[in-house]
Amino acid sequence: MYDMEQYYQATSVADAIAALGADPAAMPIAGGTDVLIQTREGRHAGCHLVSLHGLSELSAIREEEDGTLVIGSGCTFSEITNSPLLRPHINMLCQAVDQVGSPQIRNMGTIGGNVCNGVTSADSAPSLMALNAVLEVQGPNGKRLIPIGEWYAGPGKTVRQHDEVLTAVRIARENYEGFGGHYIKYGKREAMEISTLGCAVQVKLSADKRTVEDLRIAFGVAAPTPVRCPKTEAMAVGRTVDEALVKELGQSVLTEINPRDSWRASKAFRLQIAKEICRRAFRQAVAFAGGEIHA
Amino acid sequence: MAIGQSMLRVDAHDKVTGTAKYTSDLEPRDYLVAKVVHSTIAFGEVKAFHLEEALAVPGVVKILTCFDVPDVPFPTPGHPWSVEKAHQDVADRKLLNRRVRFYGDDIAAIIAEDNVAADRAARLIRVEYEEFEPYVTVDQAMAPGARLVHDEKPNNILVHSGFQVGEMTYDEAVAGEDDLVTVQRTYRTQTVQHCHIEPPTSFAYQEGDKITVISSTQIPHIVRRVIGQATGIPWGNIRVIKPYIGGGFGNKQDVLYEPLNAWLCTQVGGRAVKLDITREETFASTRVRHAIDFHVAGAVRRDGTIVARKCLANSNQGGYASHGHSIVANAINGFKQLYRDEKALECEANTVYTNIAVGGAMRGYGIPQSCFATECLAEDMAHAIGMDPLEFRLKNCMQAGYEDPHTHVQFRSYGLQDAIQKGRELIHWDELRAKYQNQTGPIRRGVGMAIFCYKTGVHPISLETASCRMVLHQDGSVQVQMGATEIGQGADTVFTQMASEVTGISVKKVHISSFQDTDTTPFDTGAYASRQTYVSGMAVKKTGALFKQKILEYAGYALRYPVENLDIRDDQIVDTVTGETLRSVADIAVEAFYSLDRSQHITAEATSHCKVNTFASGCCFAEVEVDIPLGKVKVLNIVNVHDSGTLINPQLAAAQVHGGMSMGLGYALSEQLLFDAKARPLNGNLLDYKLPTAMDTPDLQAAFVEVPDPTGPYGNKALGEPPAIPGAPAIRNAVLHATGVAIDSLPLDPQKLITAFTEAGLIDD
Repeated sequence: MYDMEQYYQATSVADAIAALGADPAAMPIAGGTDVLIQTREGRHAGCHLVSLHGLSELSAIREEEDGTLVIGSGCTFSEITNSPLLRPHINMLCQAVDQVGSPQIRNMGTIGGNVCNGVTSADSAPSLMALNAVLEVQGPNGKRLIPIGEWYAGPGKTVRQHDEVLTAVRIARENYEGFGGHYIKYGKREAMEISTLGCAVQVKLSADKRTVEDLRIAFGVAAPTPVRCPKTEAMAVGRTVDEALVKELGQSVLTEINPRDSWRASKAFRLQIAKEICRRAFRQAVAFAGGEIHA
Repeated sequence: MAIGQSMLRVDAHDKVTGTAKYTSDLEPRDYLVAKVVHSTIAFGEVKAFHLEEALAVPGVVKILTCFDVPDVPFPTPGHPWSVEKAHQDVADRKLLNRRVRFYGDDIAAIIAEDNVAADRAARLIRVEYEEFEPYVTVDQAMAPGARLVHDEKPNNILVHSGFQVGEMTYDEAVAGEDDLVTVQRTYRTQTVQHCHIEPPTSFAYQEGDKITVISSTQIPHIVRRVIGQATGIPWGNIRVIKPYIGGGFGNKQDVLYEPLNAWLCTQVGGRAVKLDITREETFASTRVRHAIDFHVAGAVRRDGTIVARKCLANSNQGGYASHGHSIVANAINGFKQLYRDEKALECEANTVYTNIAVGGAMRGYGIPQSCFATECLAEDMAHAIGMDPLEFRLKNCMQAGYEDPHTHVQFRSYGLQDAIQKGRELIHWDELRAKYQNQTGPIRRGVGMAIFCYKTGVHPISLETASCRMVLHQDGSVQVQMGATEIGQGADTVFTQMASEVTGISVKKVHISSFQDTDTTPFDTGAYASRQTYVSGMAVKKTGALFKQKILEYAGYALRYPVENLDIRDDQIVDTVTGETLRSVADIAVEAFYSLDRSQHITAEATSHCKVNTFASGCCFAEVEVDIPLGKVKVLNIVNVHDSGTLINPQLAAAQVHGGMSMGLGYALSEQLLFDAKARPLNGNLLDYKLPTAMDTPDLQAAFVEVPDPTGPYGNKALGEPPAIPGAPAIRNAVLHATGVAIDSLPLDPQKLITAFTEAGLIDD
């Protein structure tokens, strides 16, 4: 038995917002793959839960007229992975969320929960950072849009207010069209794993595919929150796609990240992994963008 | 003929469809739940409890502490009881302990209406301790002036032992020759946990004077005895029931929480109490495999002859003795039993109390650790003289007919060298050793191997006894009751095959009782060592012969036929002279039950006191690909070859090997229970403790050399534990071949590899 004192199944987003607003102790739950584990550990003993599970308002994946991709926060990882709408455009994210936990977790866990949990190890986070995702949040006073770069307020913390619900993740056309992207999750095993370090690289090449036109590099678990590497990205723009650049990228990102030294992994180890997976993700992203690395 | 057939497991359908009953499926009505309160320090004394707030939680029935339990220390390992005091297991813990000896020690217990109330109460209990500086490593605990974990054991050494083989010491052997190459190393194995699927769980309830405990255990008859020893309840008033169990691997060869649960039940008027141990508690507070440091040296002649070796093994026991010194004693015996030293072998071992989780039995009983040390040393000696490590092993490994000079255990059958040759072909050893020479670049491949030998049962170190009962049913089928336990390894299936083989009754008419109930099941010490197919199989064979004889005697009476001319074949009574079928066993059974003339319920039972033992052996070959900049080892191909005598059920044997190989992969590459400086477990959960998943597991190849063993009931010998033994050193040696880097401790996890590869200059900026 889980130690929960109240459980309220919301009938709509507005209903959920009202329920959260009425109870300062309430917390939202969607797929439950984080909340229930934390509850079992005793962290939320006696919790009051407001369930967003199954709300149709949160479950759609659609494309707006301007090409913006909109992913309902209640979409599960497996729905995203298998979305015929998303795969041609942002396969990096589709593949990234396919590396979460296990098939059972991916069938229950939602992208909204992954983002709202706020942890640096979330498998969706680096890709969403590299895609300049915008988070649509609804509260008692209506909706607001928050760029993901402004979302994280610290380890496990976000700017979401107590009575706000994340409704959708939005990705504008300019952030995916013409890009090749690749995410590498580094874990100690191939499934049921939390990321030791994750790196997403999204690259757009020039028309002749020889130089970098735009580059985004994002890391998970390389700092207290997911981070981008703006200096390295700027350095690469206009550069020829060659081995010298690959090498330099790996060295450069190390100046922009600050991974923890912990019993799970030492800082020196994480830096080595960051350097290497950044290079490998870049190579693959270039290949997906139609280019090749010259010697 | 049932022996040698890959018949389907007798429990396959029930387990796959979910109809098989495990402990939690057998819940009595209206049970209470108990929760153990664990210490939050690793070493010290409990001074006082503040229970007021916890007792006020609605649903809390009672809280009992270390100040309430009987002042009786008891032993927990699943060994046969020794009637000689000197050989009895160490009795060093109570039901709940005032003296705290590891982080997570049992100091109190809450009984409540449900787990939510119990959990809430547990968070509200305040404990006052006197805290001592804990010891995480054996070196800390053995340091001069270290505080004693158990007052009666000076220097924190539970036992020290040693032996010497040969006429001289190691140093004398080395001094006697000029051109020897010596290798001196320290090899370290890590603390790992069994991670059986079903955590320890039990129900206890009282009816009259009788306490019944339903428990997920490998050793029901020993659990009965230890409950009695711990609580003072007469042994005959205790009834232990063992249903299907979800794995044990040796952790449930300790008496874990059954005595506490039985006692808690008596404290609430005999009401049923359920005691579930969570996964996190299982990691911290049950048993682990001992971490052992092996300080070794080897001297080898340039022609590849091992001249002498020596070893000092220090075993980290944790806070209580449990199986104690027998594990590291077995580990140093592994040095003696696997290779021949021309002049000298010196081995010493210490079992050292510390304040980490308690070491107990785990699949291989010291030999996975020993094999890592012997097989790293063999590899490093071969490397030092530039000899092919397979040829080195063939030249020096133990040979047919070997008898241990101290325990007198022998290879009664021998297939080690054939196993090495078979593995050599299956992995394409010679081709790959040549192909993977002189690689460059970030991704490199290698191939490595390791060999082992393993004694089947525990004779003569400990008693080996097993019993079986066969009861004729009215339809001519037979009920087989064993004291030996099915714990997932397939024991019930091979016993069924043996019973059919010896009685002539077909396997579909052999009904085996999978549950043990100590009130009705004959005695057996349980599932441990690699003993049951061998030792308990002897009991099946002996009982089956008696049972068949009784049926034939009745048939002889009923048919007016000379008994010596009768036999049972395929459920029929046949004339052995003419081959004629006379009657079915079913007809004879009906007559025996209901005869107005001579009614007889035909049953037989026998105890087999086994006074023999034999070595099994084998090897592992692994081909790996090492991703140097990421510190990752991918096992491309892995082959175990086993010399386990005749296979009773080849498909089950292969499955046993696959499971062991999987454990070996985790031991090699990822598993380690970590402790901080306060001896607190850091990763005692299945997210942070890296048990390999199916996605981490390559195709596993199981192969055999079947040399019938003359002492086994059907030519068989050990196979339960051996598959888990040789994988880790084989992988370590393959990584050495691939990269030139020798890793001397387990596991070969990415961070350790990155550090070593960086030091070796293999990683660029």
